[in-house]
Amino acid sequence: MSNSIVEVNDVSMMFRLYRENVDSLKEFLIKKLKGQISYDEFWALKNISFQVGKGEAVGLVGKNGSGKSTLLKTIAGVLKPTKGSVTVRGTVAPMIELGAGFDMDLTAKENVFLNGALLGYPKEMLEENMERIIDFSELKMFMDVPIKNFSSGMIARLGFAVATIYTPDILIVDEILSVGDWQFQAKCHHRIQEMLEQGTTLLFVSHSMDQVKEVCSRAILLSHGEMLMDDAVERVCERYGEAE
Amino acid sequence: MVDLGGKEVSTYIHNFLAYKELLKELVRRDVKTKYRRSFLGMLWSVLNPLGMMIIMSIVFSHVFRANIENFPVYLMCGQVIFNFFNEASTVAMSSILGNAALIKKVYVPKYLFPMSKVCSCFVNLLTSFIALLIVIVATGTSLSWTVILLVFPVFYVFLFSLGMGLLLSALVVTFRDLQHLYSVLTTAWMYLTPIFYPVEMLPGWVRTIVTHNPLTCIVQMLREVIMYGQVPDARLQLMCIVPCIIVMALGLWTFYKQQDKFILKV
Repeated sequence: MSNSIVEVNDVSMMFRLYRENVDSLKEFLIKKLKGQISYDEFWALKNISFQVGKGEAVGLVGKNGSGKSTLLKTIAGVLKPTKGSVTVRGTVAPMIELGAGFDMDLTAKENVFLNGALLGYPKEMLEENMERIIDFSELKMFMDVPIKNFSSGMIARLGFAVATIYTPDILIVDEILSVGDWQFQAKCHHRIQEMLEQGTTLLFVSHSMDQVKEVCSRAILLSHGEMLMDDAVERVCERYGEAE
Repeated sequence: MVDLGGKEVSTYIHNFLAYKELLKELVRRDVKTKYRRSFLGMLWSVLNPLGMMIIMSIVFSHVFRANIENFPVYLMCGQVIFNFFNEASTVAMSSILGNAALIKKVYVPKYLFPMSKVCSCFVNLLTSFIALLIVIVATGTSLSWTVILLVFPVFYVFLFSLGMGLLLSALVVTFRDLQHLYSVLTTAWMYLTPIFYPVEMLPGWVRTIVTHNPLTCIVQMLREVIMYGQVPDARLQLMCIVPCIIVMALGLWTFYKQQDKFILKV
């Protein structure tokens, strides 16, 4: 497929599980001399392949530990797959955790610039859109307050507002809509729909089947690192429901 | 924006330019948070070395009688260079561990973290040059045109610290006890750098070590251009450049080899 925006080719991800955690030079040298360094291999992802076309909204479902987040992280470029490759054509806005990279000692406004730079947004654009960020996060009164005094909901609001200030080619959302009150959730939802209408490709992880059904048209079911199903969202949810 | 395994140099440069803004933002954050809510603010980076210089001048010029002409400036030159190296390499070392949460969540070129730490210490170095200037004026030291050549030692110490920072930050992820080991090492390193004594004072074998210490060469160069109005000769330049290149290459290579493992270990 040439019009796909995300291509995951036969991706496998291996983690080493050390029986004993060796993290000091002293231990390493002693254990190395005794020949005691051993580890188990754990394959968090096994030969995953799929493609996502432009403008698609794909949900990733599966139980805890099935590899959903690992998969998202390889697509976001955070993890490098042990085998296989990931090709991404376009800009990615990763929302694996809202407000990752906020500095608690800085004010909300300073954090907007810091976080924006982390996501690769130019400073001028952030300045232009500052009003929108403030409006969306409803933090007008608190923009000059160090965010260590913020509640977790306030931080999440600010994080979401910064991350979605422009419409990326690919939006990666991992379980973040479970924070905040229903009003904020609805607002996030609305914003995601808006971005979808503008042609953003969405990769969405959630444990709430209702949310997945509402947002996505296609879903991928993962279990123990293997891809069980890649089909229309209703059928995947049905199968996932049966498994439980 | 996300570069997955592109190995060409041009992609690296392109990637660096894309994240230039982030580097600036990280440095800005460090400088801002360091002195936030302190009464004198940025003035501390001038007062701190100045205070140390006064104490050390009193101690060493009365107790040890090292007989160094213009001791305050001599001391200050050594201190400014060594303190920068010490601070920069130490904070850079823990930069990867300190940003663990971030590295796991967002793709960012990882070398930006040690680099930003070295850069924010560099801002401090520039402010401590104000302290040096105050001492120069107060002691009535006459400056010659060679003072503009101080960009050389400053550039070398920056490269050397950056190389060390990259190397250490990559290694410390695997070997956590390196942090404690390194603080012992820097203490030894400080005594093996002629900050408050002349090299000529030392006996044979110690002197060999001290004269081959890259920081000694850098400090010497700074003193030559500030205190003695000399143009550093080719030999001294070479003795500074070579270790800088070696450390930088070693640092980059180690960091490059290790960086994909960071996320699994931090």
